[in-house]
Amino acid sequence: MSGGGIGGGKGFLSGLFARRGSAPVARDRLQILLAHERAGGSEGQSDLIAKLREEILEVIARHVPIDRDKVQIKLDRGAAMTTLEIDVEVPGLKLGGAAAAKSVSQ
Amino acid sequence: MAKVVVVTSGKGGVGKTTSTAALGAALAVGSNGSPGKNVVVVDFDVGLRNLDLVMGAERRVVYDLVNVVQGDAKLSQALIRDKRVETLSILPASQTRDKDALTPDGVARVIEELRERFDWILCDSPAGIEKGAQLAMYHADEAVVVTNPEVSSVRDSDRIIGLLDSTTAKAKAGETMAKHLLLTRYDPARAARGEMLLTEDVLEILSIPLIGIIPESEEVLRASNLGSPVTLSNPDSAPARAYFDAVRRLQGETLEMQVPSDRKGLLSWLFGRRVA
Ligand SMILES: Nc1ncnc2c1ncn2[C@@H]1O[C@H](COP(=O)(O)OP(=O)(O)O)[C@@H](O)[C@H]1O
Ligand SMILES: [Mg+2]
Repeated sequence: MSGGGIGGGKGFLSGLFARRGSAPVARDRLQILLAHERAGGSEGQSDLIAKLREEILEVIARHVPIDRDKVQIKLDRGAAMTTLEIDVEVPGLKLGGAAAAKSVSQ
Repeated sequence: MAKVVVVTSGKGGVGKTTSTAALGAALAVGSNGSPGKNVVVVDFDVGLRNLDLVMGAERRVVYDLVNVVQGDAKLSQALIRDKRVETLSILPASQTRDKDALTPDGVARVIEELRERFDWILCDSPAGIEKGAQLAMYHADEAVVVTNPEVSSVRDSDRIIGLLDSTTAKAKAGETMAKHLLLTRYDPARAARGEMLLTEDVLEILSIPLIGIIPESEEVLRASNLGSPVTLSNPDSAPARAYFDAVRRLQGETLEMQVPSDRKGLLSWLFGRRVA
């Protein structure tokens, strides 16, 4: 075990050469997250996502049979833009096989 | 065979969430001699989820544990794959204030399904000794008891150990759960001055084997600012090395116990910095 001394290991020198602090990153992340959480709360938002998913799937299902369990939804909440990706496996379709819908909010 | 590990403590703020993320990422990337595993970290802290933030996945949460338990989403739809480590996933907790959102049967189903998909399932427990903490530990095969070298934390850990030995599925089946002590926020300087409980004393009082001593470190704060487990953001830092060692012990290796330190000579520090 290491002995006593000043705690933390890095003293005033590291202050001089400090890496660009991580605090600004933390602030940006929080601002984005909280903006989304306050706007309708996370539950309101998952309602919207559920609605979008249902309606998009409905449209696709009108033309090709799809397996409800093989639908992947990806979300990336950004500051200026949020992307919503809905991946649908379409078994019979030979044109690639995935349909993606992107919605932009804010 | 899949292993379910609960990361628990009783007391809040001791480092459960930090440790779940760091241990999970370390298991997933692997280290010399032990290949990376398929890992999921599960946030059981319903109402106060934070694991998503510490993992940097907060922007990508669509569904959560409660949605899966209640059948509103498939497990595969709720799992978020880590962007840095392919074999690491997170199952977020929900923000709901309904404390009864998780049902024992529902949780059992989810854990069963997770066992089929992953090698390691790390469950981040809420603080306290109530229902939430008990649900998080119920299906565990093993427990990591996170403790700070400080009286109230040690006392709470003792109560948690009591629960692990009485209220879990393993206990009910008459088996004993393997328990590992993870000492966190350990400050060598304060220990040297006699201001913190000694490791030996904590070990003697709790009498469960030690899998690691994680030093108090600014790298942990930096990691959480960045939204990255410290074992990914700075694998060479003292706390990360301690977590990597803990993960090897968790997998059955015997290693000499030491408290990694970031303290270096000025020269090596300067050169180290240049490479970093
Ligand atoms: N080894 C450490 N060094 C410095 N700070 C730490 C360390 N471990 C945890 N922390 C900090 O302590 C606080 C509580 O940690 P957290 O993991 O959220 O605890 P819990 O999940 O047990 O409530 C956080 O701010 C975290 O960054
Ligand atoms: Mg926590």
